[in-house]
Amino acid sequence: RHQNITGVVDGSQLLVMFRNQYDNDVTVWSPQGRLHQVEYAMEAVKQGSATVGVKSSSHAVLVALKRASSELAAHQKKIMPIDKHIAVSISGLTADARVLSRFMRTECLNEQFAHNQALSLNKLMERVGAKMQIATQRYDKRPYGVGLLLAGFDEDGPHIYQTCPSANYYDCQAMAIGARSQSARTYLERHLDEFRSSTREELIRHALRALRDTLPNDVELTNKNCSIAIVGKGEDLSIYDDDDVNPYLEGLDQEERRGGAGGARDAQPPAAPTAAAEEDDAASAPPPPPTDEQPQGDSMETD
Amino acid sequence: MNTGKSHTMYPSTSGTSVVGLVYDGGVMLAADSLGSYGSLARFRDVKRLFKVTDKAALACSGDIADYQFIREVIEQKVRDDVCGGYTRELNAGALHCWLTRVLYNRRSRFDPLWLECVVAGYKDDEPFLGYVDKIGTAFEAKEVATGFGLHFAVPMIREAREKKQNLSCDEARKLLTECLKVLYYRDCRAHFKYQLADITPEGVTIHDDLNLKKETNWEVANYISGYE
Repeated sequence: RHQNITGVVDGSQLLVMFRNQYDNDVTVWSPQGRLHQVEYAMEAVKQGSATVGVKSSSHAVLVALKRASSELAAHQKKIMPIDKHIAVSISGLTADARVLSRFMRTECLNEQFAHNQALSLNKLMERVGAKMQIATQRYDKRPYGVGLLLAGFDEDGPHIYQTCPSANYYDCQAMAIGARSQSARTYLERHLDEFRSSTREELIRHALRALRDTLPNDVELTNKNCSIAIVGKGEDLSIYDDDDVNPYLEGLDQEERRGGAGGARDAQPPAAPTAAAEEDDAASAPPPPPTDEQPQGDSMETD
Repeated sequence: MNTGKSHTMYPSTSGTSVVGLVYDGGVMLAADSLGSYGSLARFRDVKRLFKVTDKAALACSGDIADYQFIREVIEQKVRDDVCGGYTRELNAGALHCWLTRVLYNRRSRFDPLWLECVVAGYKDDEPFLGYVDKIGTAFEAKEVATGFGLHFAVPMIREAREKKQNLSCDEARKLLTECLKVLYYRDCRAHFKYQLADITPEGVTIHDDLNLKKETNWEVANYISGYE
């Protein structure tokens, strides 16, 4: 039996994947009891840019790092509204994410139409999980190559859910997925006890700090590459992009980065990283390169 | 969508009025236990009122078979929620909305469920009382009734409310029993055995096998010519 070993470089990690005869079909088990196609699909999630979700006793927040495929293109939207009380942040195949988002939206609309009430998060997750599971057990389908972070607020309070291509879904206090998200998860684990009692603004700052930890040293959070979604008690979903993000970035201390060598920056919101000419405080640091970490020539648009 | 099939457009075994009202501290619902076969008082222990969840109760007048069918469907709906581990049980407002959609859809297909339903219970900590009928008419009100109840019971309740806006539990029960008594006097298809449901924030209590025969006074019958 032939075995090929292929290495895939992603950031600072070296992934070694064994290609063997059990991985061409999602309906074929490996002798170790694994479905390799599902595991490969989960790799797609790790290729997408990072996104963080965190909840307090009253609010649920999502923040996401938007990626631009080139300097000419706009930053890809990462957070999609599902209903007045639910938003989802995606990591992986954007096209797959849109299919799932459309499904979630129709489920929410049907609940509103037939029952005149907002769909409970646990009900929604079960339906999404059931839908994603079908794709892991049919020979004519492939698993959804996207991981979702859902933030929602229902009669049981705020929720953060994570979904995987394996169709598992997890109820979380806080979570981060996507490229270099381990750093974010480390931040979240360290500050886990603070989230429950955080105020609305503190919660967003925690999420942004966690997200910031996934960035390479020479990249900063800007209003172009950052998206924020928040929903909570007495507050319908709001999604902040571009200038709306500024007040929340301002509250963030840009200098205090884990292992970061941040240049001298004042409290003004930084402009887009490529607009180097306008920066007057770029005394020591050269203008940072674009935030695009996508390997060149990659045909699979993962965001 | 005309397949040439036609469906029955008349009830066979039917139930008569249902009466409901909102009082200070809950909602009350009453219906008698008669299944009429046209003018024949055929089945005298038909339960037309049932508890859906701790937040909702449903009573129907009209075709009994259609009521039993929709009851099975709703009970399965509740079972699905329980099996799915959902924390929010079906409340009266959601049930009312869902029932409206189902009944309207059936009527639009010319295959109606021949029912007039009253949904009683709680929605988001507020007492809820709603009406849905076979053509999909739906509304919420503080007092609601079907069939003859609309003509006899609702004016009685409204008159009582004019004197006192918020009725207590005992006052509500007395009023409701009085309504059913009047309906028994005046509605040919009514009977003296009945059920009463009381929905409070604590839950739903159904009183079965109640009997108002002892409270009726038929002395006046002697003055009606042709009685003897």
